[in-house]
Amino acid sequence: MKIVVNGQVVEVTEGETLCGYLLKKGLPLERIVVELNQEIVRSEKWAQVFLKEDDHLEILRFVGGG
Amino acid sequence: MEKLKIGTKELDSRLFIGTGKYSSDSLIPEILKKSGAQVITVALRRVDFQAITDNVMHHIPQDVHLLPNTSGARNAEEAVRIARLARAMGCGDWIKIEVISDNKYLLPDGYETIKATEILAQEGFQVFPYISPDLMVARKLVQAGAQAVMPLGAPIGTNRGLKTKELIRILIEEIPLPIIVDAGIGKPSDACEAMEMGAAACLLNTAIASSPNPVIMAQAFGEAVRAGRKAYLAGLGGVSDSALASSPLTGFLHE
Repeated sequence: MKIVVNGQVVEVTEGETLCGYLLKKGLPLERIVVELNQEIVRSEKWAQVFLKEDDHLEILRFVGGG
Repeated sequence: MEKLKIGTKELDSRLFIGTGKYSSDSLIPEILKKSGAQVITVALRRVDFQAITDNVMHHIPQDVHLLPNTSGARNAEEAVRIARLARAMGCGDWIKIEVISDNKYLLPDGYETIKATEILAQEGFQVFPYISPDLMVARKLVQAGAQAVMPLGAPIGTNRGLKTKELIRILIEEIPLPIIVDAGIGKPSDACEAMEMGAAACLLNTAIASSPNPVIMAQAFGEAVRAGRKAYLAGLGGVSDSALASSPLTGFLHE
């Protein structure tokens, strides 16, 4: 099924959890924040959230800045 | 030296630095060490799936206080969204509000900054708003619950120095919050001058990052901020129109 991640349409497996997706992408879980459909999802919940068709995910981390 | 009490912290150093534009993020620990800075800014951006493990946080020691900025925000709503995301990272509740929709001078939007400050202060953030040195905006930020006011000396990244000096002086006099000069500082003498005027701290990024030797420049800035603060506490001498001799005017050899 299709979801949008950081503005890009991507294909994910049906029934995928948020945590499963993040792990599959090799993301450093302790250094990212996640927003699903404009709501922040705390890391404790990642394993319990199932991704759905047309979900909008934003995955962010800190970078250098002034 | 007396500590800077700000937000929830007591700091020894009145130099805040940024993490942008370094030729390598691996310079950051040495820059922190040599400058003595205890507060560092970062930005929040989408993960780069081509460089998954890239993260500025690898280079920032645990005991340094993080001041994430809301760069990218063009209005209060976006600033609030970024602030909440930054806080969700779990590195504290300090936030620098940066609301900019002018891409040429990167001058901040005071009105949107006030709105964002009101909302975020209510949510328990320690808010550090970045503004042009506008007294009316600053007064509203005091009412909105900001921890400090951060007026620019000159546009971001220009190294032009304290072009807005007179307006900064007015804020220092009139606003009962720490005034942190942020943006435009280009030389250690600029930072020293801001501190001599009574600024509570200086925040700078480009002046260090754009130097051919950022580590030594960071050290120079640390010393300049300390020197300026000492001078302010000591009290500057009076300024005269005409000469007042330093050596005695009697007992000359030729009398």
